Amino acid sequence: MTAPHDRPTAAELLEALHEWMERDLLPGVDGRLQFHTRVAINMVDIVRRELELGPDQEVRHEEVLVSFGMNDDAELAAAIRDGSFDSHLVEVLNRLRPVVEDKVRVANPRYLR
Amino acid sequence: MVGSAHEELEQGLARVMNATSISQLQRLSGGASRETWRFTADGEGFVLQRVRPGTIGGFQVEPKVLAAAHGAGVPVAELVVDGAERTELKSPFMIVRAVEGETIARKILRDDRFGTARSALTRQLGMAAAQLHQIDATSIPGLVADDQMNRYQSVLRDLGEPHPVFEAAFRWLHLNKPESTSACLVHGDYRLGNIMVNEQGLAAILDWELAHIGDPMEDLGWLCVRAWRFGGAFPAAGLGTYDELFDAYESVTGVRPDPDVVRWWETLGTVKWGIICISQAATHLSGIVRSHELAAIGRRVCENEYDLIELLTEGTR
Repeated sequence: MTAPHDRPTAAELLEALHEWMERDLLPGVDGRLQFHTRVAINMVDIVRRELELGPDQEVRHEEVLVSFGMNDDAELAAAIRDGSFDSHLVEVLNRLRPVVEDKVRVANPRYLR
Repeated sequence: MVGSAHEELEQGLARVMNATSISQLQRLSGGASRETWRFTADGEGFVLQRVRPGTIGGFQVEPKVLAAAHGAGVPVAELVVDGAERTELKSPFMIVRAVEGETIARKILRDDRFGTARSALTRQLGMAAAQLHQIDATSIPGLVADDQMNRYQSVLRDLGEPHPVFEAAFRWLHLNKPESTSACLVHGDYRLGNIMVNEQGLAAILDWELAHIGDPMEDLGWLCVRAWRFGGAFPAAGLGTYDELFDAYESVTGVRPDPDVVRWWETLGTVKWGIICISQAATHLSGIVRSHELAAIGRRVCENEYDLIELLTEGTR
């Protein structure tokens, strides 16, 4: 819970929204609207997971950038594009793996192998 | 849809088809630039695709590709009217004979009634790809070569979002680019979702609008991109192994696809789909089309980054 707000927390509000959409909204719709409702439920879940996992993930992302000697993704992307990492692309990708896994863990955790 | 636009289209179709009765005219779907309609003319089913009024271009090449594919024995819907230059329906169009079946990937992969189809599909897809790649591309006027790698690299650059994994993948693709074995007709969007399947298997290959001249292995690589497996456990359309796909291909052409070349194209395909996901989210974010569905696709970008890391670091961890 983040001061100065009251319960429910942001996560609890989203949880309530998810429950309502799944229990009351979804059974009454079909076709395109049903698909779009599922998309919406998914979006609520993404935000819930980002609220929970985001702070730790931000730290990890920062650590990986520092390990490359870069300030942000734009700098790293530009250096890779320039060919500065051509001789060890596999190592670069292995080092980026935890950052990418974090993104998938928020966006669609079932996708991880 | 009711009213005059619908009736006007029915009257236009009656003229185009030289039919006494047009019935059951029904809108199937609409992309950003085209409309798809189903209708019955004198008791037979057809599908109309029409450029959405106000949109530029359309159908200059596709009907000719479709006709060539049909002539070569590739399973496709039979072209009935090439309306690229015709004006009866207000914008360019084409009409094909309706093919019955299912296009929704998740149903094809999971429904009981497609059990037989699933066991045949990898082989059928491998053979159909081989057949379409044997078509003489120079016989199709307007078909152009397309450098997919450079095209998508500049799309990424124009989108302006930093994606270190995509940049690394592009470097790898540049450094490992295979010698193109041949330049031939490539379908350009050969995958589950763009095929019509009935209970026996492949009924028709659809959506030829991205056909171009390129490396035939592009189609096999794209077919195996993880997004197009729709959760299936195997690489080829979620259903078959690489070897099953290559066996089928080889049975037609006599030449076995080089697994490294297919993998190169699967890698490019994975980058490409990731960049398309960024573009779709950008369509929402820029306000061109406000849509929560497009917005959500932006969070699928990382699935492709994840797949690229898997593809390019295999066995190095």
